[in-house]
Parts: sequence; C-alpha cells; structure tokens
Amino acid sequence: MEDLLVKLLEAVEFGKVDKKSPYPPQLRDMDGAHELTISAIEAGIKPQIILEEALIPAMSKVGKKFAECKIFVPQMLMSARAMGASMFQLKPFFASGAIKTKGTFIIGTVKGDLHDIGKNLVSMMVEGGGWSIVDLGVDVGSDKFVEALKNNPGAVVGLSALLTTTMVNMGEIVSTIRVHAPETKILIGGAPVTAEFCQNIGADFYAPDPQKAVEYMNLLAS
Amino acid sequence: MKYKILVINDPKELMFGIAPNPVKTRRGLEIGGGQVYAELNFTLPVMSINNSTLAQVYTHYREIAEGALEHALHMNSKGIVLEFETLLEMTKTPSIGVEIVKIMNGVCENYYQKHGLSSEIRLTPNDLREFERPARQRSSQHLEPMMELFEQGMIAGGDLLSIESTGGKEVSDEALMMCDVKGMVFALAVLGVRDMHFLWEKIVGLANKHGKIAAGDSACGFANTAMVLAEKKYIPKIFATIVRVISVVRSIVAMEEGAIGPDKDCGYEGPFLKAITGIPISMEGKTAACAHLSPLGNIASACADLWSNESVQNIKLLSGMAPTAYLEQLEYDARLMNAALHAGKVHSHILQQLLVASDIYTDPQALILSPENVIRISGELVKGDSYVANAKNGALAALDIIEEALLSGKMKLPELETGYLPILRDDLNSIPDNESEFIAMMLPLLDETKFTLAEYGL
Ligand code: B12
Repeated sequence: MEDLLVKLLEAVEFGKVDKKSPYPPQLRDMDGAHELTISAIEAGIKPQIILEEALIPAMSKVGKKFAECKIFVPQMLMSARAMGASMFQLKPFFASGAIKTKGTFIIGTVKGDLHDIGKNLVSMMVEGGGWSIVDLGVDVGSDKFVEALKNNPGAVVGLSALLTTTMVNMGEIVSTIRVHAPETKILIGGAPVTAEFCQNIGADFYAPDPQKAVEYMNLLAS
Repeated sequence: MKYKILVINDPKELMFGIAPNPVKTRRGLEIGGGQVYAELNFTLPVMSINNSTLAQVYTHYREIAEGALEHALHMNSKGIVLEFETLLEMTKTPSIGVEIVKIMNGVCENYYQKHGLSSEIRLTPNDLREFERPARQRSSQHLEPMMELFEQGMIAGGDLLSIESTGGKEVSDEALMMCDVKGMVFALAVLGVRDMHFLWEKIVGLANKHGKIAAGDSACGFANTAMVLAEKKYIPKIFATIVRVISVVRSIVAMEEGAIGPDKDCGYEGPFLKAITGIPISMEGKTAACAHLSPLGNIASACADLWSNESVQNIKLLSGMAPTAYLEQLEYDARLMNAALHAGKVHSHILQQLLVASDIYTDPQALILSPENVIRISGELVKGDSYVANAKNGALAALDIIEEALLSGKMKLPELETGYLPILRDDLNSIPDNESEFIAMMLPLLDETKFTLAEYGL
C-alpha cells in the first residue's frame, strides 16, 4: 500500500502521465499516475490519503525544484498533467465529499489585458498545492469575478495584470468584490504590480511569483 | 519563400548604420544610409484610458514628444524616430490613436521647421484579433479598427508602419511552454507565414496608396516571449534561441509583401532580415531593460540602423522624465557608433567586434547574433523550397553553432540546458521539408479546437 503511494508520488514528481506515455525516459513502460491511482483506489487507500500523501507532496517537490531552477516549466507541466490524470480518477470522490481540497482559487487576467503566461503558471502551482481552480481566462471584468464567487462562496481570488493601463482595473474589481463578498481574500500579481499598489487598492496580498502565492494560500488554509 | 540568396554575404558588410537598401523619410532621415539614429519607445504611467482621462493621455504624449525632441536638439542629434506603440484603447477606438499621432506629428513638424531637426513617427497599432479565441484572423471585426488606425494614422503623420502581429500565437503559446519545437514551426512557418501574407498585403497596399513606409513586423509574441521566459529560467535558453531563428521565416513575409524596413525594434530577428533582404533594421538591447531583461544588450546593436529602447513609462526620474532620459542614453550610443562610422571601416569594425565580443559567449541567444553567425544561419534560412524547410534548416544551423561553441569551451551551459540539444535536434530532424506532409503530421498532434484552419486560408 505504502509502496503504491511512493510510486504515485514519483510518477507525478517526474511527470509520468500513464503507462504508454514516453516521458520521462527513465520511467518508460512503467505505470503512470493514471494506473497507479486506479490501483491505489482498488487497494482501498482513502482518496484523501492519495491526495495528501502522494499528489500534494509530489507537486510541492516539483514547486521546490522549480523555485531552485533545477527544472524548467515543461517538466512542471508534465507533472501537472500527471496530477491531472490522477485527479480525474479521484473526481467521483470530490463530488461525493469523500475528499476535500484546501479550497477554491478563482484566477483571471483583468479586463483589457491578454497576458496570461504568468497567470497560468500561478494557477498551475496553486492547483498543485491542493486547491481547486476556477480559471476565468483573460480580459475578465468584475462581473465575472463576482459571479464566480457566487458559485464558489469563500473562494480566494487571484488577479493578474501586465499593463500599466490595465492594473488600474484591479482596483475596480477589488472594490466590486468587497461590495458583494467583503471577506474574500484577494491576491494580485504581474510585472508592474507592487505591494504598495496592493495596499492602495485594498487587496490582501501581493506575490511576485507563484511560490509566494502558494505559501500565502497555505497559511490561509491552515 | 521569395528570397533565395542573401543580399549581404560577407559578415564584414553587416554593419550598424549601413544597409544595402536604405530608407529615406519625409523629413529627411536616411535610415541605413551611413548613420545610426535613436528610436524612442514610450508608454503611459499607471492610469486608465477613458473619456475622463483622454485629455491627460494626450498631454502625456505631447510632453513625451516635446521632451524628447527638445533634448535631441540640445544634444545636436541628427534625427530621431518616435515609436508610438499604441495601447489597446487607442486601436479599439482609432480616433484616439489618430489624435495622438497628430499631436506628436505636430511636435515633430515644429522642431523640423524651426530647428531643422528631422524626426518621424513609427505607428504600431495592436493586433486586436488576439481578443478572440479561437482567433478569427481573416473574418474578425477587429481588423476594421486596426486598418482604420493604420490608414488614418498615416494620414495624420505616422510615416513608418509596423505591428506585432499574432497569427499562430494560439498554437505557439502552449508550444513555448512545452518546448515543443514542431509546434513552434507549425505556429510560425505555417500559420504565422499565412497570416503575415494576409495582413501585410493590406498594410503595404495602404502604405503605397498614401506614399508611406511599410516598415516591418516583429515576432515579439513568439520569440520575445521565449526570451523573457528563458530569462526567468522557465524554459531553456537554447530553445528560445531556436525559436528566434524560426521566427525569421515568418517576419520576412512582410518584406516579401513589399515592406522595406526599418524592421521593428523588438524583432531581434532583424539582423537575419537585414542579411537576407538588405533592409535597414531597428534593434533594442541594454536600453530595453526598462521593460524587460535580456542577455544581448551590446551585441544587439552590432548591425542596428535605428537603436531603440522598449516602452518606458512617462514618469519622473531625478534627471527628468524617463523617456527623455532614455533618449539621452540612445543618443549617446548612436553618437559612439556614428563616430566609429565616420572614422572609417577599421574603426567601425573594432567597435562592432567589441560589442559582439562582450556578449557572444554569455548566452546562446547572443551567440547567434554575431555577424558571422547571422550570415551562416541566414544562408540556411533561404536554401530550402518551403518556409518549413527553411525554418528547420536555420534552426539546425543554430544548434550546430551552439554545439561548436560548447565543444570549443568558449561557451558554457548547465546540463539542464544541454540536455535539450539532442531532443531539439531529433525533433527538428523529424520535420519533413514538404509543407503538406508537415501539416498532415501535425494536425493529429494539435488541439484543433484552439485554432481555425480556414482563418489561415488552409
Ligand atoms: C510576453 C509578453 C507579451 C506577449 C504575451 C503572451 C501571453 N500569452 O501572455 C504578447 C506579445 C502577446 C504581448 C502583447 C502585448 N504586450 Co506585452 N509583454 C510581454 C512581456 C515581454 C513578458 C510578459 C510575460 O509573459 N512574462 C513571463 C511571466 C511568467 O511573468 P509575469 O507575467 O510577470 O508573471 C509572473 C509574476 O508577475 C507573477 N504573477 C503574474 N500574475 C499573477 C497573478 C497572481 C494572483 C499572483 C499571485 C502572481 C502573479 O507570477 C508569474 C510567474 O512568476 C512583457 C514584459 C514584462 N516586463 O513583463 C511585455 C509587456 C508587459 N507588454 C507590453 C505591451 C505594450 C504589450 C502590447 C500592448 C503590445 C502591442 N504592441 O500590441 C500587447 C498587449 C496585449 C494585451 N491586450 O494584453 C508592455 C507593457 C507597457 C505598459 N504600458 O504597461 C511590456 C512591459 C513590454 C514593452 N513593450 O515594453 N506581450
């Protein structure tokens, strides 16, 4: 049983999606996250344990390696895909309430702005940290954030902006959210954004990179 | 591809300030005609653009232009280009963009009439088609305001026309993150090339109608995105280097359609375009650090005809406003290059060698920009029968050059990087030269919900 979890952790850490996946070369022809998750469920391991003792630690190792510049994004993406394959098998247990994530994270690039690379990285890392993600995409106005919050009460919100002329839209979104769901924790980020700006517009936290965002969100969840 | 041979074959002839086909402008600049000019790029500080702020927006641009030209005059400048890279609202509502061109053109004209200072405006509208996914490159309603800004903007005094067009970006965004070189070739050499033909035929048509200059397009959304990601250590530098080379076959389509340069500053594929077509180019390097970091600060100027920065916000520094401060830096760099040109070939070559030597082996993206390597890679970029084959051959030549530099011990890269060399080579070698075969090979591998083939004429 333990062995299965160790193998699953390794499969996710190194991005082995399923048995037929050629990547990574060192795990060729071995079971991937897909098969190992099925085996783990069949072996009676609790889904919550699968999540907490294999998937999240694997992604946290990946996040650490990434932060230390020991791997590139493609490796991280492969791990995210492997985790996705595992989560797909765990889906019914989320629906039945047998497992819970740390919470929901609603993220989007603000109105007028299409830069999404940074946002996508943040969303991937937060998901790896054990959160459910609602990605609203790019060019997102306050109405969509408010609607997503209605559907996901208590969710944490992340706003991304890369242009000096769109970061100001963050202020409007924060104020609108404060009207509808005042308790919402709001994180902001993007190249022109600063901690000072964050304070000025009444958001809760500025993170310069995904790692800092995950650390902050883990504090929220604990 | 129309170009089969290089206009510049000898690395020694690939020199800053000198292009085989210089471009003369209305107020007397001769870009590539024997001297380097500064091209200043600027943007708004943190603010919204809406009806209540428009007056402020216009004031910013007027002050930027006046500040820059006044200082250029003071520095005895031989001429400058102001690049007006619009912000979205200015293309979405073309009248805003046109008004800003008018204001800045008025300033330029004033300095020309009163002081004989030559300056021109490069007008760079946004590619709004990016707002739709899957993109509707040909049928999008966004084309209308884009083209209107081009046309009305040139009538208002925007003489050099550019854009950072985004055809193929819906495929490249993911390919970049996955280091998928085949995906990048598909995005740039198949989709990008087609969209460039479509778009530049229109831009060149408008430019010819109004006697303006169709300048060129930058693969910013592809190759500079790669460079910035590599700078953040998100993807390998080697991959970003290869993407740059592949982007040449896409950007050169503007010239095939009749663009004559100066190619746009953020297109670091410019040196290849200059070697292949003889057009003058604009480049940015250390002076772009206000907007993004880069590993090619000096070498980028080795064959630049316009020397540029990147969007710098109109904020106050201790010396003055930031765009004015950047103009000064650009102008000093241009002066140095011009002094070398005036002193003769020996001197300009020494300066060029120093610019090259100070960067070349620090990063593979710098390595491929040395004049020798530009010519070598350019030769490979024109020898095939299809854009796909040319992209592949150019990229393989770049890999050769990187491997030679590693083998000789002149360049060092960590294993995390070098591990990608064989992977990229195998991937490139798996690409068939024939475009139809390549498309047939790629379609099953791509998520076809993300792009619409018909919008690329396929
Ligand atoms: C790549 C890029 C593009 C690509 C975007 C591709 C894509 N799919 O996103 C393309 C080419 C399409 C593009 C287009 C434009 N761009 Co652009 N772009 C950039 C560039 C070079 C890098 C951005 C990037 O992806 N960085 C890499 C990622 C990983 O970093 P990041 O986004 O900062 O995200 C990290 C952190 O900030 C943080 N983070 C980000 N979001 C969030 C959110 C949360 C909640 C948290 C916690 C953290 C967080 O974590 C991320 C990971 O570490 C920047 C330069 C810069 N200094 O940022 C210019 C830049 C932002 N762009 C600029 C401009 C002008 C434009 C255009 C208007 C250009 C044009 N002529 O059309 C268009 C606008 C399009 C639009 N409507 O948004 C200017 C902005 C000027 C200004 N006034 O602000 C810049 C500064 C460059 C320049 N020209 O000087 N751009």
